[in-house]
Amino acid sequence: MDKKRVKELSIIANKVRKNALTAVYSAASGHPGGSLSIADLLTLLYFEVMNVDPKNPKDENRDRFVLSKGHCAPALYGVLAEKGFFPVADIKGFRHIDSYLQGHPDMNKVPGVDMSTGSLGQGISVAGGMALAAKLDNKSYRVYSVLGDGELEEGQVWEQAMFAAHYKLDNLTAFVDNNGLQIDGDVSKVMNPNPIDEKFRAFGWHVIITDAHDFEKLLSAIEEAKATKGKPTVIIMKSVKGKNVSFMENNAGWHGSAPNKEQYEQAVSELDAKIAELEAMA
Amino acid sequence: MAKRATRESYGAALVKYGANENIVVLDADLSKSTKTDMFKAAYPDRFINMGIAESNMMCVAAGLAASGKIAFASTFAMFAAGRAFEQVRNSIGYTHLNVKIGATHAGISVGEDGASHQCLEDVALMRSIPGMVVINPADDIEAQLAVKAAIEHEGPVYMRFGRLAVEDVNSEDYQFELGKGVMLADGKDASIIATGLMVGEALKARELLKADGLDVRVINIHTIKPIDADIIEKAAKETGAIVTAEEHYIMGGLGSAVAEVVCATHPVPVKIIGTDRFGKSGKPAQLFEEYGLTAANIADKVKEAISLKR
Repeated sequence: MDKKRVKELSIIANKVRKNALTAVYSAASGHPGGSLSIADLLTLLYFEVMNVDPKNPKDENRDRFVLSKGHCAPALYGVLAEKGFFPVADIKGFRHIDSYLQGHPDMNKVPGVDMSTGSLGQGISVAGGMALAAKLDNKSYRVYSVLGDGELEEGQVWEQAMFAAHYKLDNLTAFVDNNGLQIDGDVSKVMNPNPIDEKFRAFGWHVIITDAHDFEKLLSAIEEAKATKGKPTVIIMKSVKGKNVSFMENNAGWHGSAPNKEQYEQAVSELDAKIAELEAMA
Repeated sequence: MAKRATRESYGAALVKYGANENIVVLDADLSKSTKTDMFKAAYPDRFINMGIAESNMMCVAAGLAASGKIAFASTFAMFAAGRAFEQVRNSIGYTHLNVKIGATHAGISVGEDGASHQCLEDVALMRSIPGMVVINPADDIEAQLAVKAAIEHEGPVYMRFGRLAVEDVNSEDYQFELGKGVMLADGKDASIIATGLMVGEALKARELLKADGLDVRVINIHTIKPIDADIIEKAAKETGAIVTAEEHYIMGGLGSAVAEVVCATHPVPVKIIGTDRFGKSGKPAQLFEEYGLTAANIADKVKEAISLKR
């Protein structure tokens, strides 16, 4: 990936972050921390990796995306809006009674959402079902799914980990948003899911560890996953919860609380400054 | 009369109607008991063993359905409706995906395995999910047609099958219509509304009551959701007293569904026959006797319901 493309994606990712924060601020509720940590990945998937068409969101040959950590809907809506699945202005309706943008992703209401999620541990299983369907139909589409590191505490994740390896679902790529924090604090203190890499390896997955905020590294990990045959791949992304908003970074307190007006304006001005800085680059 | 367990009808119907390439059948290591092994033998490429992981199975079925498949997810009722309830509710019900849940070994007629495996709350649980169709067939003929109807219906369906062989109550030319109750015998003094293997008992109860000079209507409700409100309202108006019979807790099953209709349309006495406590080990016939799931108890309750008529 050339520098120009990295710059373009960085600008989009920061717009996605702004959308996510606008959603949470407008709703006065939602989950900003984890949304900011996956904004780079979602931008890369929707703008560089996945075969999706906003004009034909149900195309049966499209790549699929399942946000297993469904509470980070603000990031998903943020990227879908930037991609053109629905108007960016609609983001402000997030969680409002007259809006289609539900608190957690709803496949029947939101264009571009491939699966309704929100109850942790279920999305990754559904993604496995989609990947199996592709195998049964000899189709080449791929399935991507993002798990939280706290979500790994759900037993169902490991039922699916066993299943995907057993059926050799090499068209399934899972990401772990490894920001190290869950609602009640540090994941290693609440209920230690570590070592994450060794667990997935023991279940028969190909494991890659990379940086959640480096497009080139993330892309090469995804390319490696595509080239890996006979087993599913998990990409453990070392991420920063609250990424790119100074006062939200690495703070579990921002898992599920909305910024007030002053905080929202500060966050937006920080992101605008980053966008301006990127745009000024040669 | 022919006798067959409806779980066998399930396996047979999956083979009979399973030629459609979009149909896939999932099972959680119980294919010999749920009889999906019959489908596995006929269409091995479209059979997926999920291992002992019902929660994952329901969500994988949802993923398959979201990708255009008609996914049958099969296990015992206890694990389908009980253990995986929330997966069914959120990944299949809320999404309204085309998943068909084949739940076998429902009710107390499981017998010797005892309370841990005797699911008596599945109808209540599944009925609570918006958009879910709930079918409890009475015999082999109806069970097979229910599978066919489930394939033709777009959206989630919960099918409740039994382990115990039951006699046919329907004839070979029986026409099954989803959501429509069936009047098996007319009568004017009271109505027995039954589902599943209690339909046979209801017909026997009708004969017992004849000896007492009572003329009782018998209605088979195979589709508990959506319930046939018309046939129930008509029974209330025309017979003035209702007894329901099911192999399920009194709370939340057929009896509740019937009472909801009767209360809202034409209030008359409704006696609900079902169980009110956990099951236990024993032979099915002994359990039916102990828990009151018999023709004799139905007949007694009909007399009580008639005595409450105003």
